Amino acid sequence: MKFLKKENLSALFEALSADSALYLPTKDKNGKTNYARYSAGMEYSDALNTERSAKDFFFPQTEDLVDFKMEGKTIEVIDIRKPSEDYVIFGVRACDMASFDILDSVYLTDPVDSFYAERRSHATIMTMACSAPSETCFCRTFGIDPASPAGDVQCAMTDAGLYLEALTEKGEALVAKISAMLEESDGAEAAEQGKRCHEIMDRLPLSKLTPDSFGGDTMMEHFRSEKWASLSEACLGCGTCTFVCPTCQCYDIRDFDTGNGIKRYRCWDSCMYSDFTKMAHGNSRNSQLERFRQRFMHKLVYYPANNDGKFGCVGCGRCLSKCPISMNIVKVMKELEDRS
Amino acid sequence: MQGKLIERACALLESGEVARVIGWKSGELGYDTTPAVFETADELRADFVYGDFCGANLSKYLIKNMKNEGKTLVFLKLCDTYSFNQLLTEHRIKREKTYVIAVGCAGMADPERLRGLGVTGITGICTDGDSYKIDTVYGEKTVAKKDALCIKCLSCKGGEPVVYDEIIGGDVTPPEASDRFEQVRALEAMTPDERFDFWRGELSRCIRCNACRNVCPACSCESCVFDNPDSGIAQKAAVTSFEENNFHIIRAFHVAGRCTDCGECSRVCPENIPLHLLNRKFISDIDHFYGEYQAGESEGQRAPLVNYTEDDAEPSAIYDR
Repeated sequence: MKFLKKENLSALFEALSADSALYLPTKDKNGKTNYARYSAGMEYSDALNTERSAKDFFFPQTEDLVDFKMEGKTIEVIDIRKPSEDYVIFGVRACDMASFDILDSVYLTDPVDSFYAERRSHATIMTMACSAPSETCFCRTFGIDPASPAGDVQCAMTDAGLYLEALTEKGEALVAKISAMLEESDGAEAAEQGKRCHEIMDRLPLSKLTPDSFGGDTMMEHFRSEKWASLSEACLGCGTCTFVCPTCQCYDIRDFDTGNGIKRYRCWDSCMYSDFTKMAHGNSRNSQLERFRQRFMHKLVYYPANNDGKFGCVGCGRCLSKCPISMNIVKVMKELEDRS
Repeated sequence: MQGKLIERACALLESGEVARVIGWKSGELGYDTTPAVFETADELRADFVYGDFCGANLSKYLIKNMKNEGKTLVFLKLCDTYSFNQLLTEHRIKREKTYVIAVGCAGMADPERLRGLGVTGITGICTDGDSYKIDTVYGEKTVAKKDALCIKCLSCKGGEPVVYDEIIGGDVTPPEASDRFEQVRALEAMTPDERFDFWRGELSRCIRCNACRNVCPACSCESCVFDNPDSGIAQKAAVTSFEENNFHIIRAFHVAGRCTDCGECSRVCPENIPLHLLNRKFISDIDHFYGEYQAGESEGQRAPLVNYTEDDAEPSAIYDR
């Protein structure tokens, strides 16, 4: 394991941003933490999680796909894809890192989404171990270790400084580039911090939550549950949970008529919206109950049914803190598993 | 007070006076209450909660309950009673199908503000006079209630609830109110460029989740123009120019004169955009041009923007500004 003294953190950011873009969590003027492109003097925020998830890097909320230009009876199809630059994302938490596996399973399997693949392949991800989890955290429910995130380089920040360990070839190449500023370390302090993180997780309110009552085998039992009515009763049908979720992956494709052509774009969609998956025949889910059920069934039942039992939630807790009515996947799980 | 509310709701349910109760349900974390419909006394006794984290305005939920048999009991805080009246005025709900218990409120706390104060790892919250004692895995924290108040409670309307069948907790003192137009004046005092930068900074964070619209008691259209592909302005993409030119501004125009300033839009915004300031600008202008007007103050009132009097401001008034 490598070590960097805390006072050298800015120098590290300078080095990392010297020949590629660097993104890191930083506080905005309202004190909220989000990723921003590093420029000299920018401070790293050790806030537990960014307001918006890290999926934005690979799956932006809105993007143009293709242009069509019409002249007389001809239509010109213009490929507007631009090559991505190499970039480094610093400070991704274990939950968000795990969300990339879920997004990858959607976008990198045949047919590969070339827009996503381009951005994904040019990123080097430096993850950050958690030291101060919150009451909304439940990543361990889905087998994620907050103290030991995956990624190209795994990092842990302590009062003394930053511990780094390359986990992939990409990560090794990055560490090699900055090796002059790093020291060798046994990582004992980082390991100690990880142990404390686990102890804290044990004492948090959601520590006992398990997904054992869910998975592909439970499909019809949960689908037919009468509890969806009361669970969805107060749902506003807004898209907050979907848009702050690191694993929600649905989008809509629309055409914008420019007058002499078409700009085809896609944007995030939400299964909570009334026009979600609306087709020529109409909409397949006409009530908020059905739409609400879809979102949680997707994460807890349909996704595992199609992905070897892997769940579609990473327990980041954003929906717990952001839902306007405080209805969320944890409440759904507890209500559905309570079969008495 | 929670006990009294449960007792009264159970009595009204059991006597058949009401068929269901709209209230707040306790959550998992001490602060995550959810609006809920209760149909039996057992449900009420098990899960009904009324405390400092019941910021949600329940009045809008009455709309969909109008189709159900019998009366619906709803608990309304002082500010929520204005929304209720406005819904009556707009014929979205029927008074005879509702039973209103106005509940005393000393101001509601916003968990987002607790987070902003660095309180995390919460395992329990209890009230201790003017402050909250919060147990966390990182030790006990004390937060003054006034530092955790919902933004909307900082300009509490005060006084009596404007509509009710009965009041419980009428002796509770509402929070001290500050001047709700202070920030509006600060924005008016800016140069157009400064003001544009301010709103651009705020609205550029919008993720088009529609939470502000969907929670808003004044936004009660069956189908919103922004969701209608035939309207020509339907839009789901979060594109900066669109937010600024259309969605939020059109929404503010649409609720002008009908917005009671209940503050739900800003409370629910996941990006903490101070949307209520747009509405307050309209309220302030209406007050200026047509005399002071409070939407929802009484049922059936004629809003200045849909009324005509000979004293109405001429459109040219805008040039004097």
